Amino acid sequence: MMQADSEMFAGPDRQRLVVIGNGMVGARFVEELIARGGNDRYDIVMFGDEPTGNYNRILLSGILAGSHDVEDTYINPLEWYDDNGITLHAGVRVTAVDRDAKLVRGHTGLLEPYDVLVFATGSSPFVPPLKGLSSHGTEMKEGLFAFRTLEDCDRMIGFVPKAKRAAVIGGGLLGLEAARGLLERGLEVHVVHLRSHLMEMQLDSPAGHLLKATLEGMGVNVHLDKQTSEVLGEHRVEGLAFSDGTTLACEMVVVSAGIRPNVALAIDCGLMVERGIVVTDELRCPGDASVFAIGECAQHRGQLYGLVAPLWEQAKVLADRLAGHIPDAMYTGSRVSTKLKVMGIDLAVMGDQEPADENDEVVTYSEPARGIYKKLIVRDGRLGGAILLGDASAAPVLLQAFDRGTELPDNRAELLFQLASGESATSIADMPSSAQICNCNGVTKGALVAAVDAGHCTLKSLCDATRAGTGCGACKAQVQQVLELAAGDRLQTDPSVHYYVPGVALSKADLVAAVRERGLRSVSSVFRALADGREDAGSKAGLASLLRTIWGKEYEDERDARFINDRVHANVQKDGTFSVIPRIFGGVTTAAELRRIADVAQKYAVPMVKITGGQRIDLVGVKKEQLPDMWRELGMPSGHAYTKSFRTCKTCLGSEFCRYGVGDSTTLGVQIERRYQGLETPAKLKLATAGCPRNCSEATTKDVGAVAIEGGKWEVYVGGAAGAHVRKGDVLVVVDSHEAVLTYMGRFMQYYREHAKYLERTYDFVPRIGIETLRSILVDDAEGICARLDAEMDAAVGAYFDPWQEAIAPVHPSQFADALEPVGVGAAS
Amino acid sequence: MTAASIPLDDTVAYDLGLVDRIPPGEGQTFLVAGREIAVFRARGTDAVHATQARCPHKAGLLADGIVGDGKVICPLHANKFDLATGTPLGNACHALTTYRAEVTGERRVLLWLAPAHRWSGEA
Repeated sequence: MMQADSEMFAGPDRQRLVVIGNGMVGARFVEELIARGGNDRYDIVMFGDEPTGNYNRILLSGILAGSHDVEDTYINPLEWYDDNGITLHAGVRVTAVDRDAKLVRGHTGLLEPYDVLVFATGSSPFVPPLKGLSSHGTEMKEGLFAFRTLEDCDRMIGFVPKAKRAAVIGGGLLGLEAARGLLERGLEVHVVHLRSHLMEMQLDSPAGHLLKATLEGMGVNVHLDKQTSEVLGEHRVEGLAFSDGTTLACEMVVVSAGIRPNVALAIDCGLMVERGIVVTDELRCPGDASVFAIGECAQHRGQLYGLVAPLWEQAKVLADRLAGHIPDAMYTGSRVSTKLKVMGIDLAVMGDQEPADENDEVVTYSEPARGIYKKLIVRDGRLGGAILLGDASAAPVLLQAFDRGTELPDNRAELLFQLASGESATSIADMPSSAQICNCNGVTKGALVAAVDAGHCTLKSLCDATRAGTGCGACKAQVQQVLELAAGDRLQTDPSVHYYVPGVALSKADLVAAVRERGLRSVSSVFRALADGREDAGSKAGLASLLRTIWGKEYEDERDARFINDRVHANVQKDGTFSVIPRIFGGVTTAAELRRIADVAQKYAVPMVKITGGQRIDLVGVKKEQLPDMWRELGMPSGHAYTKSFRTCKTCLGSEFCRYGVGDSTTLGVQIERRYQGLETPAKLKLATAGCPRNCSEATTKDVGAVAIEGGKWEVYVGGAAGAHVRKGDVLVVVDSHEAVLTYMGRFMQYYREHAKYLERTYDFVPRIGIETLRSILVDDAEGICARLDAEMDAAVGAYFDPWQEAIAPVHPSQFADALEPVGVGAAS
Repeated sequence: MTAASIPLDDTVAYDLGLVDRIPPGEGQTFLVAGREIAVFRARGTDAVHATQARCPHKAGLLADGIVGDGKVICPLHANKFDLATGTPLGNACHALTTYRAEVTGERRVLLWLAPAHRWSGEA
């Protein structure tokens, strides 16, 4: 099905894929490619500078420290290449690429032709131009080392017995790892760092100083603000001289002053190179359709990546693309975060280390005696960055909040500590297997772990397999934590989380564009045009909602795309009966209406008559076939209590009678509900108006609310909630008339209709977009779209009709049938 | 798994009337010899499938579910089943009992109270 080839792969012939670089990223890419059937499409050839298969560079410091064997670090031994039909030129350095002839030349004279070429050349240690690096023509003076490869590691280990004191130039991550290795091997170790604190790429100054103190406690000597000028010694290393005139005697020097992407080959063959090899979102080199680059050598949107996670993401995207599996796979950059150990000390860092401006909130905790430092940058209620040093137990929760941009709890301490009380702060890792994670479906931690072990390593797959998180969804964050804990390296992200609906592989923006461009007005036409004709049942209702919003009256309604509630305009109950809630505008009714409701309830022997939280009356336990008759006899419009739409506007008594009221909330509430009744939205909208800041109608915790304040003004709130999730709404704007309240509410609701994901409530939508952004778009008209939004909303409101009119004209004879009888019986077989 | 009070008789065909009694792409509950049966009609093709009427989980009426690609999603808790085999998909429910159902040349739906497919696995 996915065989639709791009022009690049046209024709039946196998292609020759050459990968320059057999490091972690090159090999990972080939692995991913093979997993996607890449062997059927390509003859794969790899060049690796090093004479071995590929290995996990991250473990090099373990080898140096003696805690790991070389064997531990091999990811793919040489046999793996044979077994998978890969030609590996191990130990052959590529010296030239001829892009016109599509040939790669090795230093041995070997020539390999290619159809597709991938640069995964990685990076090299940067050795600053010091005096006395070499002696008598050798590349490096005896006792002087870089720390990058297995071979470097071997040589260092071999040299250790000849040394007593070692200096490491560079106090970054790798330098400290080298220091740890040498310390473990019994040397006196000095770290010499140019900057004013250690690991300045990852840590802020307080964290860097705390780390220094911790390391000094372990016996490492740390020298800051120290610029090395010369390596002393005639034939072998005897010490270092610094720019401040001081010296340090030592027998061994390890240079770990950062890395530089390996780009010489790319420059020679004319590719665009800035700091790294420039690539597009396709990971392609601009100007050459058959050359790609991934890994530390690649520069994407101006960014170079050195941590493993983003690089593996690149490998995966390129494999998706080249295997033809997802031919339009794109890499759009990574949010950088990492969790690691520095000399055995836990460290997790993500995002920014410092606040961007005075609006950013900074939360810090420091406990020098135990070497613990924690810092959060909170931006618009979400995590902009974090440093956790010495205690990274909160890292899973924070990484998740960071990756997803979810809103943080108001009590920030919950994020930094595992509080003694409080369910939300309990660490997932500490929970017993029997602990219930999903309270809707009764799924325990143990059941989740078992499912992960059975191979369900994406959130979606895990939820599908166990049903956890498929009820109210409130436990999804915890399910994710269990997944991360149990899956470790097997953790996968599911591309479908970005889809608007699971059955059509497009984001909302792309889907809307495709729908408009191709004029797709019905749900079935979307499946035909964009999903190979596969009618995914779970996608139908979401598509119907979107198409109705896009096309309005031009939407071609297909009733099978609706959830049962929307087919019969009533809310299905646990026993298959329904509830009838007529509209009572603003909760204001009359004796005559109440009498009709009472009469209908009595006549149809309605099992329960219930006053709802939305200030109306619910007739519960009604059979499907009774619905049309009851609607007719009620003579009131539908209250839309069953669908993803504007539901109701709750009101308090307001200024007409209440002795505290400062604004006429009842009149406003009725106006709001009359105008917006039945408006289709991505998820339900509950509104309220309050006549004074006492907020009796709870308007500040509604999706959209208005609160009267002194001076004849109204605050318009958006994004409030008081359900499974509780959130106080944000003030969008303060206005001074009912008309203005109606306008801003309508404008917000139209923007929400256009930009929210299906079923995304405003309490997720508003923090996701950000109230500042919403204000600038909807109040300051920063995008110049306010007039259009208002016009679209006018049109949507104008298209309103009461669905209960289907009582008079059902769309299908069986629309309200409970069960039908056969029309005949025969003995045919 | 459902213990049938009336023995299944695969020689008797019930005529459920024209396929148009079921809206395209939807299901409809039928009462056949005292037994509730859900019959589903595929959009576009008119192909039909018949299963037990209620979800094994909490007795939701499957005919009120959303249908697509030969699968139905229960309206109550979104459990999904394969219509041809009754196999639960991504949930731990029992399989649905399925029944033989066909559309004749005259577009009439015939139903036999006999299994359409013996599903032998366990969830």
